[in-house]
Amino acid sequence: MEKKAAILPSGCKAPDFCLKTTPDQVVSLADFSGSPVVLVFYPADWSPVCGDELNLFNEAISEIQRYGARVLAVSVDNVWSHLAFTKACKFRFPLASDFEPKGQMAQSYGAYDRNAGVCGRALFLIDAAGVIRWSYLSPIGINPGVDGVLEALDDLGQSAKRKGAA
Amino acid sequence: MTSARLKPPVSERDHIQGSSDAPMTLVEYGDYECPHCAAAHAVIRQLQNKLGKQLRFVFRNFPLSQIHPHAEIAAEAAEAAGAQGKFWEMHDLLFENQLALDPNELVECATCLGLEPERFMADLNERTFAGRVSEDFRSGLRSGVNGTPTMFLNGMRHDGSWDYDTLLNSIQLELATLAQKKAG
Repeated sequence: MEKKAAILPSGCKAPDFCLKTTPDQVVSLADFSGSPVVLVFYPADWSPVCGDELNLFNEAISEIQRYGARVLAVSVDNVWSHLAFTKACKFRFPLASDFEPKGQMAQSYGAYDRNAGVCGRALFLIDAAGVIRWSYLSPIGINPGVDGVLEALDDLGQSAKRKGAA
Repeated sequence: MTSARLKPPVSERDHIQGSSDAPMTLVEYGDYECPHCAAAHAVIRQLQNKLGKQLRFVFRNFPLSQIHPHAEIAAEAAEAAGAQGKFWEMHDLLFENQLALDPNELVECATCLGLEPERFMADLNERTFAGRVSEDFRSGLRSGVNGTPTMFLNGMRHDGSWDYDTLLNSIQLELATLAQKKAG
């Protein structure tokens, strides 16, 4: 049996990170504080399934934004590859580069595939307070779709409402 | 996700080929500008020929507008043709002439099919069916569509390849399971 990495489950505090998204811009968890963020770890720029997965998030971005949430995609590729990939596919969300030390952020989320040396195909929903509210690891060859993320965003909205009512 | 299920289930609002008694319903989410979907169109035709009354086919729109600039208008064109009773004829034409999806070419297609060109053009210009296409698209997102084409066999996402042999195999397996349940 292939040993699966244990990704951080719901309820954990999201580990902080600070990664480049372009040669001169960095992104950190604190930049998202106050709004939920969807982290999309994926193995590689340009590979067919990742392209499909990120294209899908690109198409779904307005649906995700309805919840006030933002998307950040992460792979171990370098920023120049990310820039070219973003330009080619017209992504409307940033791609962060978990490049040096390689895979450090992915490892802190339990989303690093050591054998392949790439990020696993993992999804996380982090709430406005920086707590993981949902996570999912898809088999490396299967694009997970966005249904899980949308359901998790629904749940997040409902629990916020309950809290508001209490 | 691996447990991806079709939401909402097939209903009267859908474009359907085949009988509601068919034991197998295949729902495809597709994009008229996607080359894989054009290839899948031929596969669906083969499956329909092979399985006859056992198969009901449903098509829902899933235009990937960011990578396919004509996908949205083509989807609206199919719906506009549907409003004049020729959804499937337009659906076939679009997949068979995938390189010709400009508005002018779409109107030509409509004329070929004997549709009223003024009404068809007005529907495109006024984006009459944009809401309908977006409804399909959003149902796809909720159902776990993860690229085009994505197929659902009796409501469950088919994660394997969508070539003829693989799809036929999965369908026959499901039909055999259903027959066994019925007999048991």
